[in-house]
Amino acid sequence: MNTYGFHTVHGRGPAVATGVKLANPKLSVWEVQGDGDALAIGGNHFIHALRRNIDINILLFNNEIYGLTKGQYSPTSQMGKVTKSTPFGAVERPFHAAELVMGAQGTYYARTIDTNPKLMTEIFVKAAKHVGTSMVEILQNCVIFNDKTHGAITARENRDDFQLHIEHGKPMLFGKDKNKGIKLNGLKLEVVTVGENGITEKDILVHDAHTEDPTLHLMLARLTPPKFPMILGVIREVKAKAYYQMMEEEFEMSKTRAKYHTMDELLHGGETWEVK
Amino acid sequence: MSDAISTVKKKAEEVEKVVVRFAGDSGDGMQLTGSQFSFTSAMFGNDLATFPDFPAEIRAPLGTVEGVSGFQVQIGKIDIYTPGDQADVLVAMNPAALKSNLGHAKKGGNIIVDLDAFDKRNIEKAGFSANPLEDHTLDDYNVVQAPISSLTKTALESIELDNKSIMRSKNMFALGMMYWLFDRPLTDTVRYLEAKFKKTPALIEANKKALYAGFHYAETVEALPSFYKVPPASIEKGKYRHVSGNVATAWGLMAASEKSGKRLFYGSYPITPASDILHELSKHKNFGVITLQAEDEIAAICSAIGASYAGQIGCTASSGPGLALKGEALGLAIMSELPLVIVDVQRGGPSTGLPTKTEQADLNIAIYGRNSEAPAIVIAASTPSNCFEFAYMAVKLSIEHMTPVILLTDGYLANGSEPWKIPNMSSMPDIVIPNPPNLNGSGFLPYVRDKEKLSRYWAIPGTIGLEHRIGGLEKQEETGNVSYDPLNHENMVRVRAEKVERVANYIPELEIIGEGVGKLLVVGWGGTYGGLFTSVKELQQSGRKVDLAHFNYINPLPKNTKDVFSKYEKVLVCELNMGQLASHLRSKFPGVKIESYTKIQGQPFTVTELKEQFLEQLKNNYEHNGRDQEEIYKTGLYQRSIGSVVSGLRRLLHPVGNAKCITPNGCCQRGCGVCIRNRLCCTIPVLHEYLWLPYRTWKRPGCSYRS
Ligand SMILES: Cc1ncc(C[n+]2csc(CCOP(=O)(O)OP(=O)(O)O)c2C)c(N)n1
Ligand SMILES: [Mg+2]
Repeated sequence: MNTYGFHTVHGRGPAVATGVKLANPKLSVWEVQGDGDALAIGGNHFIHALRRNIDINILLFNNEIYGLTKGQYSPTSQMGKVTKSTPFGAVERPFHAAELVMGAQGTYYARTIDTNPKLMTEIFVKAAKHVGTSMVEILQNCVIFNDKTHGAITARENRDDFQLHIEHGKPMLFGKDKNKGIKLNGLKLEVVTVGENGITEKDILVHDAHTEDPTLHLMLARLTPPKFPMILGVIREVKAKAYYQMMEEEFEMSKTRAKYHTMDELLHGGETWEVK
Repeated sequence: MSDAISTVKKKAEEVEKVVVRFAGDSGDGMQLTGSQFSFTSAMFGNDLATFPDFPAEIRAPLGTVEGVSGFQVQIGKIDIYTPGDQADVLVAMNPAALKSNLGHAKKGGNIIVDLDAFDKRNIEKAGFSANPLEDHTLDDYNVVQAPISSLTKTALESIELDNKSIMRSKNMFALGMMYWLFDRPLTDTVRYLEAKFKKTPALIEANKKALYAGFHYAETVEALPSFYKVPPASIEKGKYRHVSGNVATAWGLMAASEKSGKRLFYGSYPITPASDILHELSKHKNFGVITLQAEDEIAAICSAIGASYAGQIGCTASSGPGLALKGEALGLAIMSELPLVIVDVQRGGPSTGLPTKTEQADLNIAIYGRNSEAPAIVIAASTPSNCFEFAYMAVKLSIEHMTPVILLTDGYLANGSEPWKIPNMSSMPDIVIPNPPNLNGSGFLPYVRDKEKLSRYWAIPGTIGLEHRIGGLEKQEETGNVSYDPLNHENMVRVRAEKVERVANYIPELEIIGEGVGKLLVVGWGGTYGGLFTSVKELQQSGRKVDLAHFNYINPLPKNTKDVFSKYEKVLVCELNMGQLASHLRSKFPGVKIESYTKIQGQPFTVTELKEQFLEQLKNNYEHNGRDQEEIYKTGLYQRSIGSVVSGLRRLLHPVGNAKCITPNGCCQRGCGVCIRNRLCCTIPVLHEYLWLPYRTWKRPGCSYRS
C-alpha cells in the first residue's frame, strides 16, 4: 500500500495530525507515537487531541523506555527501574497511558501487544471505524534497551493467566480453562474462579465498552500482573461528535448568518465613507 | 433633540494638524471616546492616525497611574502618518491620568480635566504631593477645569438609570466638549450609540444627553476662547474605511485565501497583542476559515504545518514569547518545504517584557532564530492598513516559493488605525499554486524543483498517484528519502538557502524617498515608517538633504539595496531595538558605513527626536566616508597609468561605481561618483594623509570601476 506520510518532530505528531484532519476531514489519519513522545515531551498535545476528539488514530508504542536516545527511563518506566539515567533506579511514579485518555475524556481506548497481529488488526479496524480520536496502546518490547519489559504478560507461560482479551457484551473470563474471571466487589475489582466459593458465570463482569462513564474502564485499564491479568482489547469505545463534525456545523451555521459572503463585500461593508 | 449647533460666536483658529489625547482610568471608556473622535474626524474628511496606549493590567486599582488608559490621535488637513508626538489637547479624566500623561502634552496646549475627580484621595493616589490644579504644575498650559462628573449627573437627572451607568456616560460629556472644540458634527457618534445600545434605550438616551451637554457646556467655557478648524485633507478619491493593523492582517490572510482558492487554517494560542487576529478570523467561518485555538504555540504552528501539508494555507500568529516556542516547528516547515505564514506581532521583551507596548526586537529571532541553517522569508508591514497587503504577500510568497514566511508587525501597528482606501479584490495579484507537473507515467518525486524558483511542488494528500512521504530528517534530493549522505546534506542546505535568496527576483526593489543620492540616507523597517517618513519629509521641505529608504522585505533584501546605500555618504538605520537591522546590514554589506539610531522604551519614535537626530547627523558629515581606514589600506590605490592620482584616490575612498554626482548641488555631469570641483578641496588633505598607500596599476580582477 502506498500512503502519504509526514515524519514530524518529537512529541508534536498529534498537533500536526490535528491540522491535517481539520484541513481535510476526508483523510484517514494515523499517528504513531512513543511513550516518551506522547507522554513526556508531547503530553500536552496528546491529551488535547483526545479531549478535542479530532477523529485521528493514535498508535502509542509503549516500550517503557527512551529507545532512540539509547535507554533513558520514560514516564511509563516502572519505579525502581535501572536505566542509563537512573543508575540507582527510577524514583518517579509511572503513568498508565489509559489514565490520561480517561482524564482527557478520550472516546476510544484499546490495548494490544506487539506480538499478536490478529488482535492488533481487529483493534485497528475498530479504531479506524470509530468517529473521534482513537488511542491504541501497543505494549512493545525493546530488544536492545528494555528487553522483556512486558514479559510478565507476553511470555508464553504467562499468556493465559495474565492476558484477558475483553470484548463488548462478553463476560471477562480468562485462564487456560477460561474459568477465571473479574468480579466487581464494592468499589474494587477482584479475580475469582468460576465454580469456587459459589461463584457462577453470573457473578463475572460483562464488558460494556460503550458506557460513557469512564470509571470502570479506568479500573480495568489499571489492572496489572501479578495480582491481575492485563486487560487487552477495546476497553472504551463511546459515541461523541468529532471536532470536524462540529466545525462543519459551524460553517453551515455561519453561512446562513453571515452578512458578507465575499472579500469585496466584507472590505466594502461596515462604516465607510466616500472621498470626492 | 435637534442637532447641536454652536450659538455663541467664538473665534476659529485654523490649523493644519492637531494632536488630541484622551486619558482616563481603564474603566472610563477612553478607547471608545478616542475611536469615536477619530471616526467622526475621518468622516469629516481629515487624514489621521491613532495610537491606543493601554495598561497591561486588566483592572489596576481605580485612580492609580498603573490603571491609566490613553488614546492619541492626530488629525490633519495634510497627510498624516503618525499619531503625533505631543498633544495639543489633553483630556485627563482624573489626577492619575494627568500625572502619567503630562509628558505627552505640548507646552502651551490645552488640558481639559474633570474637576470633580480631583479630590484629596485621587490626588494622593496619583502620587501628587499637592493638588496640581492649585500649584504651579500646570503653569505652562491652558487648563480647562470642567466639572464633568457633576454636570453629567445633572444632565441625566431625568433618566431612570443607576448611578454607575450614569457615571459611565461622562466620557460622552468629554467627547461632546471635544466635538465643540473641533467644530465637529455629533451625528456619527449618535448613530453609533443608537446601534450599540439598541437593546437598552435608556443608555442611548443617557449617552446622547451627556454628549450634547458636553458640547453646549464647552461653548460657554471662558477658558476655551476659540475652537480649532482642521479642514478636510486632500486625500485620494475613493471609498474609505477605518482599519487597525490586526484586522487588516486577518483580512489580508482571508483575501489571499479567497484569491488562491485555498482554505485558510489559522492555529493560534492567545497572546497580547496578537489575539485580535484570532478574534477577527473566528468571526468569518463562512469564508471557509478554520480557526483552532491550540493548547500552546507549538501546537498552533504544528497544526498549521499539518494543514499546509494537507493542502490548505497554514497560518499562525503570536508575539515574541510565542515565536520563541515555535522555533523548532518552523525548522520542520523549512525542511519539509511547505507553505506556512507566521505572524509575529512584536511587543517589548525579553520574556513577558512589556505585553502592551511596542518594540522591534524580534528581527533577529525572525531572521536567525532557529537551529542550524534554516532561512525563512522575513517581511514586515509598515502601517496599520498595509498589514493587509503584507499578510496577503506573505501567503503569496509562501505558496509560490514553498517555504515559511515570517510577517513582522508590532503592537503599534496592530492596535493603531488609520483611514484606508479600500482595495478591490480584482486589483490583488494572482497567487499561483505550484501544482505538480504532469508525470507522464513516471512516479512523483516530492523534492523535484522548479528550475527558476527552486521550490518543490505541492502534492495534496488524498490525490491518487502522488503519494509521498516527507519529514524533518534530511532529504535526498529529488526523491525526498531520508539521507545521511554528507554531500547531499551540503547540497540541500545550500539549495534551501538559495531558494530563499531567489525570492529577491520576485519582490519589489527598495524605494527611495528623496533624491537617491546625498549625504544621509535614513533607513527603517516595519512599524516606524510613519515617524521616519514624516521627519524626513519635513526636513526635505526645509531644504535639508536627507532621504529615506524603508524596508518591508528583509530576508531576502531587495536586489538594489547595496546600490541604494552606495549613493550616500552615510546610512543611518533607525529602529526600536539595539540595532538589529543595522547589524544585519553590516554583515551583508561590509563596505558600507552603517550607523544605528535606536530607542527601546516600548514607545514609537517621535518626529521631534528623529528630526533632531538627523540634523545632528547632517552636521558632522565630512569624513572620507564610504570605506573605513583599514579597508582603504587593504584595497590600496588602483590607478590607470594615464589617470590622475586624485581621481583614483577618489574612487578608493568613495567607491560608488557609476553613480551620478552626489554633491549636494550636483555640479558635475560626469557620472563619476564624486564631483571633482567640490570634492577636490576635501581630497587634498586626505591625499596628504594617504600618500603612503600602496600604489597598484589598474586591472584589478573583478574591479568594475571605469573613470
Ligand atoms: C526536541 C527534541 N528533544 C529530544 C529529542 C531526542 N529524542 C529523540 S526520540 C527521544 C525519546 C524517544 O522515546 P519514545 O518516545 O519512548 O520512543 P522510542 O524510541 O522508545 O520508540 C528523544 C528524547 C528530539 N529528537 N527532539
Ligand atoms: Mg519508548
